[in-house]
Amino acid sequence: MSERVAVRKTYKLFIGGKFPRSESGRSYLVQSTNVSLASRKDARDAVVAARAAVKGWAGATAYNRGQILYRVAEMLEGRREQFVALGVPGDEVDAAVDRWVWYAGWADKLPQVYGGANPVAGPYFNLSAPEPTGVVAVVAPEAPALLGLVGVIAPAIVTGNTVVVAASPTQPLAAVTLAEVLATSDLPGGVVNILTGRIAETAPTLAAHLDVNALDLTGVADAELAAELEVRAAENLKRVLRPAPADHDWTADPGLTRMTRLLETKTVWHPKGV
Amino acid sequence: MTATATSARSDLTELGRSETALRAFLHGLPGVDQVGAEQRAAQLGTRSIKTTAKAQAIDLAIRMVDLTTLEGADTPGKVRALAAKALRPDPADPTCPHVGAVCVYPAMVPHVAEVLRGSAVHLASVATAFPSGQAPLEVRLADTRAAVAAGADEIDMVINRGAFLAGRYAEVHDEIVAVKEACGDAHLKVILETGELATYDNVRRASWLAMLAGGDFIKTSTGKVPVAATLPVTLVMLEAVRDFRAATGRQVGVKPAGGIKTTKDAIKYLVMVDETVGADWLDPDWFRFGASSLLNDLLMQRTKLTTGVYPGPDYFTLD
Amino acid sequence: MTFEYAPAPESRSVVDLRPSYGLFVDGEFVDPAGGGSFTSVNPASEEVLAEVAEAGAQDVDRAVRAARTAYEKVWGPMPGRDRAKYLFRIARIIQERSRELAVLESLDNGKPIRESRDVDLPLVAAHFFYYAGWADKLPYAGFGPDPKPLGVAAQVIPWNFPLLMLAWKIAPALATGNTVVLKPAETTPLTALLFAEICQQAELPAGVVNIVTGAGDTGRALVEHPGVDKVAFTGSTEVGRAIARSVAGTRKKVTLELGGKAANIVYDDAPIDQAVEGIVNGIFFNQGHVCCAGSRLLVQENVADEVLESLKRRMARLRVGDPLDKNTDVGAINSAAQLARIRELADAGSAEGAQRWSPPCELPERGFWFAPTIFTGVTQAHRIAREEIFGPVLSVLTFRTPAEAVEKANNTPYGLSAGIWTDKGSRILWTADRLRAGVVWANTFNKFDPTSPFGGYKESGYGREGGRHGLEGYLDV
Repeated sequence: MSERVAVRKTYKLFIGGKFPRSESGRSYLVQSTNVSLASRKDARDAVVAARAAVKGWAGATAYNRGQILYRVAEMLEGRREQFVALGVPGDEVDAAVDRWVWYAGWADKLPQVYGGANPVAGPYFNLSAPEPTGVVAVVAPEAPALLGLVGVIAPAIVTGNTVVVAASPTQPLAAVTLAEVLATSDLPGGVVNILTGRIAETAPTLAAHLDVNALDLTGVADAELAAELEVRAAENLKRVLRPAPADHDWTADPGLTRMTRLLETKTVWHPKGV
Repeated sequence: MTATATSARSDLTELGRSETALRAFLHGLPGVDQVGAEQRAAQLGTRSIKTTAKAQAIDLAIRMVDLTTLEGADTPGKVRALAAKALRPDPADPTCPHVGAVCVYPAMVPHVAEVLRGSAVHLASVATAFPSGQAPLEVRLADTRAAVAAGADEIDMVINRGAFLAGRYAEVHDEIVAVKEACGDAHLKVILETGELATYDNVRRASWLAMLAGGDFIKTSTGKVPVAATLPVTLVMLEAVRDFRAATGRQVGVKPAGGIKTTKDAIKYLVMVDETVGADWLDPDWFRFGASSLLNDLLMQRTKLTTGVYPGPDYFTLD
Repeated sequence: MTFEYAPAPESRSVVDLRPSYGLFVDGEFVDPAGGGSFTSVNPASEEVLAEVAEAGAQDVDRAVRAARTAYEKVWGPMPGRDRAKYLFRIARIIQERSRELAVLESLDNGKPIRESRDVDLPLVAAHFFYYAGWADKLPYAGFGPDPKPLGVAAQVIPWNFPLLMLAWKIAPALATGNTVVLKPAETTPLTALLFAEICQQAELPAGVVNIVTGAGDTGRALVEHPGVDKVAFTGSTEVGRAIARSVAGTRKKVTLELGGKAANIVYDDAPIDQAVEGIVNGIFFNQGHVCCAGSRLLVQENVADEVLESLKRRMARLRVGDPLDKNTDVGAINSAAQLARIRELADAGSAEGAQRWSPPCELPERGFWFAPTIFTGVTQAHRIAREEIFGPVLSVLTFRTPAEAVEKANNTPYGLSAGIWTDKGSRILWTADRLRAGVVWANTFNKFDPTSPFGGYKESGYGREGGRHGLEGYLDV
């Protein structure tokens, strides 16, 4: 009897909740697999999808967003072995699951910790509350392939932002597989969009795009490229997170900064009278 | 002009006939934001009125004073003296103008009338069971007729605050109409007693109600409750007479009363009149101060301006 | 009768100006290396007030080095409670010398004395008081148990609220343990130089506050200096963009407070008289030289005529003229250049077909003046509806539904502030939720407080000034 011939998976992009191939029809060989090579046009399409998703996702209740992030953790837990088979260490998958759970809980707590009433010197009600900045373009860290990716996506979306992520070019399989987790977690299409391919091709488009509100350069190792992207981001005053140091410890407590840098504070005044 | 007033222009006169229409109209008036109104009033209060402008304001304020005494202890002698002062506030200075009116209880009217006869000083009388207004309507109307018959040409009535606060607007309206009728030719000032109305929204509604019912003047207070005239209350009333004239073509006067004791205060009111409703109201026919001690302070400041020296209270008559 | 207010000028004698000023570096007034200077004029009369040193790159370097030394040797190591005491001292001296500062601000800037006296100066003192109290409480501010200062802050401020912007920059920087090099605007440097004297009077350690005067080149040299760790800028979006580019790839932390084109939304159930006051305060306060000015009035169509009629009547009562007259409501335009910019945009408004209206108003012959102006019949496509005018010019647009109001309000690359006028509470909250703006004033406008975070969305910049949030830009968090 002959051995069963395995059915292979096609690794595609993740845009607007769907898994399209690159519109350019290109792929590149990485991790012994053909992976979609996203074009500048794919990057623009991803921004459109991310923008379209902002209203619903930012408008969802914090409770609802927290529930969905927790659902992502559940789905990821169930697919642990799949990631291990891709070469992701089991400990890293566990840490990634825990990271989703941790961020899920922040959805309805961060506005309390980061906002609040301001005691102005006058007869006014004055309240500051954080709001998502909008569409965030992210260059994911090269490694760790899963925990690093979760470590940049979760803090961006938990508060209501949507993201376009340029995945690790050398380890994209975990990113595409994570997209499959997200697609089955009740996360609305377009909240997370993942591009595989070359950073040098997609990132400049995202950095310059005027409908992108923030740029997370965490995974840009090349200091010159990082500076160039930051210059492009200045065109519409994007909020910029600069590259993480090479020795960044992704297993450590992430703190609030990754979330708060992608927030706007809105302060509302109203007189108090009869 | 308010939107509501615009749409209601044609049937403004009909409003009083229906409780429902009256209520819908009064509650359809734009709201007043307390903080904003008070800030505007305070800001106007920071105007700096000096030299020639101050002299002009002082003389105008004197002409606008309703020189008032409303005490249980009032006697013919006391009110006669007051009337004499109204005619010649500063006996030492013939250029000093006379006041706008003398304001007394109905029983005192004949005594004041004797003194004022033939002068341009008006004779105002509080009527309608002042200050509470808590008497049967017939009694209040009789009170009014008696005052007019005795020589008052201006009647200061109080509205039925109980009925107003209970939302019985038609009742308040009809009572004002009845008093106005009892006034005959005498001018009717309608006292809203704003200190009891609690909100600026109510002050605005009561102002419109009084004007719709035919009041010639709207007046803040009796002076007999803890909170009398204030700048923001007067601001809201000035806005009401401005909008009422725009809607109906009829001009109504405003009289803040009670608590206005200094020239500085009076000038703040005049600035507010000037910048809210303009020159048309800067006249004793359209703006009055219900006051007593204010007059002496105005006279003192007037003397200071003309002589350059601050006089003391001993140099002015106490009546 | 007409009531003519006699002139009521505030006395200038309280201000003792020197004929010329050096740079304030390391606790001393020093001459600039290049010896260059420029003059600061009174925009209401074009009279020269003083000659001011122009700092070149060498001077900026000297100031940054002084700040660095002060940071490392004195201010950084100093316990928070002692930093607090210096800031409290400064706050007190500002209160004590408030009249002098207010008069000088009006002389140099052209803003009415009523504003500098009743708005700017009280807020300046309050800002120092507020941040003074934070200096020894930083572990409780929510940024971790031991947040650290950044080092040397380069701060560049605009001419519209010279001393208040100085306070917004210096107070939080010093409270958190940073030292500063501040560049005031070239048309309004004088109150910053008087503030330098106040630092001396407070015996603030040398080098903690350095003030370098000059124009754009000085600002650029300061912002681009490799020795600064933090850049804080308030000014135009154009310059903000250039700064964002120039700091790319560096360690410098940046906060930018830039332009705006705020919508002031008036619903049909608004408290109309207060709304009209809010519209006037929103656009004519400080001659419209306000980044958060309510420069676009969005009024619901069914009350538009009534609101405009009230607005015009109210505008006719604005007193334009001598900034030092206590009764002046609208003062002088800050500079000839700004006046030219306002005129150009207003002319564009007329050319594009909007209807222009100003109340009759006599403008002084000398100085820079622009009458309060409104344009009606403005559409979203007009330049005057899109570009920041930074002057007393209001563009009036109408809307029919709340959704349309929000859509128009957000239809701009800016996102600094917005106004909402309605008596219906749920409509306020619904609207406020949807406005993409950092400060939303509901049934009020142009209110400021040191405890209240201020700053924009989108191209209005990033970071917040004021409140607990204002600490973040000066800490390594």
